[in-house]
Amino acid sequence: MNIIEIKNLTKKYNDLNAVDNLNLQIGEGEIFGLLGPNGAGKTTTLLMLTTLKQPTSGTATINNFDIIKQPGKVRKSIGIVFQDPSSDEILTGYENLKLHGWLYDMPDDLREQRIKEVLELVDLTDRKDDRIKKYSGGMRRRLELARGLMHHPKVLFLDEPTLGLDPQSRDVIWKYIEKLAKEKNMTIIITTHYMDEADKLCNRLAIIDHGKIVVMGTPKELKKEVGGDIIRLKAENLDGEVFKKLKYVKNVSKCDSEICLTVEDGNKHLQEILKVAGKVDSVEIRSPTLDDVFLHYTGRGMREGSPEGSWADKAMSVRSGK
Amino acid sequence: MSELKGIYALWYREFKVFLRERSRIISSIVNPILWLLIIGGGLGSAVSFSGAFKDINYQTFIYPGILIQTALFSSIFFGVYIVWDKKIDFLKEVLVAPMRRTSIFIGKIIGGSTDTLLQIIILLVIGFAFMVGGIMPGLHLNIISVLVSLAFLLVTTVGLVSIGLILGSQMESPEGFQFISSFLIFPLFFLSGALFPITNLPSWLSPFILVNPITYSVDGVRGIMMGVSQFNIAFDFVIVCLFAVIMILIGTYAFKKMKI
Repeated sequence: MNIIEIKNLTKKYNDLNAVDNLNLQIGEGEIFGLLGPNGAGKTTTLLMLTTLKQPTSGTATINNFDIIKQPGKVRKSIGIVFQDPSSDEILTGYENLKLHGWLYDMPDDLREQRIKEVLELVDLTDRKDDRIKKYSGGMRRRLELARGLMHHPKVLFLDEPTLGLDPQSRDVIWKYIEKLAKEKNMTIIITTHYMDEADKLCNRLAIIDHGKIVVMGTPKELKKEVGGDIIRLKAENLDGEVFKKLKYVKNVSKCDSEICLTVEDGNKHLQEILKVAGKVDSVEIRSPTLDDVFLHYTGRGMREGSPEGSWADKAMSVRSGK
Repeated sequence: MSELKGIYALWYREFKVFLRERSRIISSIVNPILWLLIIGGGLGSAVSFSGAFKDINYQTFIYPGILIQTALFSSIFFGVYIVWDKKIDFLKEVLVAPMRRTSIFIGKIIGGSTDTLLQIIILLVIGFAFMVGGIMPGLHLNIISVLVSLAFLLVTTVGLVSIGLILGSQMESPEGFQFISSFLIFPLFFLSGALFPITNLPSWLSPFILVNPITYSVDGVRGIMMGVSQFNIAFDFVIVCLFAVIMILIGTYAFKKMKI
């Protein structure tokens, strides 16, 4: 059974199609990733699915409830951890959770029991009476994760769950998300622009750009499509053409003043490539990232953008008066 | 009764935050006292009334006005917290809960009104002390007058908190909110008769004062506390109630239309 069915979902801001005729089915228990550069329409999609934004056209059902006709029932079925902090700094962790329980009309004893349970899950029991102000970014995100789970939603949305966190905190958050998926058999939708995050957590993911799905599949499939590792060479007078003869080189492109090669088993072939290249100033080898997958499917790089948002985000927020 | 619990949750949050932000409470009490002592005392030495207010000193005269001023500043400014909630994602957390927007609005009104009324009650205690101490002769504070005044001030506060929330729901930046709200607060205050009697005013000024709903609130509270009012107190109360109801209706609509 599909817990989420998205049908022709569209959101327009003037001439800009933030989300363009999106169709997507997500099964129960899946961890599904929505990947894309800033301004691709990920957050807008999420806000429509969580009934916070009205679609221009099309609709979706979550847990068999229509997001337009039955927003109340949809809201009861979902939990969400927003991109920006959404807990009150002046209140304690416990108070923020209690507030959530009230907002979701949970019976008192159930609420207290769940608070205890989720605090243990994210290891914040001993910090529950501290004000959020004293929490680190990672702890705050963990608390919000706990809060999103408290009412046992059918679907949990995580909007950029690790944006702006240090690597250590990211690992911790990932650990909790994996634990959750395993223990609660919850359907989880993650938006992210980190490939490694999607790679680690998601069963299946869709890359979206300009509000459209560019490609969908398992992380393994998508990376495989790219064809190998990326080797970046910097050298004077280096012509990319010489590499095209090598059969393990899948793709040659120029990025800035450097040459980018997509190489099957890059570690193994690095020696030979350097031999062909001759004298190089610098060399870098790495696994494919979202950038590369994105480049592969769209033929161009991801748009420049700060974590806060790209021009498209800004255009949208100007529209809505932000 | 899901909505009631949600409303309680919103009130609880506002109340806790209010109690924990000490600087807010202190400034909200100190400012009115400064007004009362400095403007009341300073201007008072140059102003003496004839006619209905001839037995009342200026300090006593502006006391109801200062109560309303506190309601004005505190209530309208309360709307800025919505703007802050928008800046972080707290507002989304509330909006995504299975609760009606109207209930969210009601929860916010109750929260904001509680804050304001607590400040007003403290000022009433101070007023009582000044009255007993002989600083404000002609002021009649007893249980009945205090309760009736509180009814006036509560209804006024609900209307004013609604204005703050309407502004807050439409604004995106705290700076913008501050700018617009001061454009509103100062005319409402200065054109309310809080600082001067509204009889014998220049003819160009009168209409502004008469269309200001706050005028009737000041007049009513002054009537209750000093026994002298321009209008019938019941009439004042009806106008103030109308004002509150209209603001609540607009506020409910604004909340339903609020974009995030």
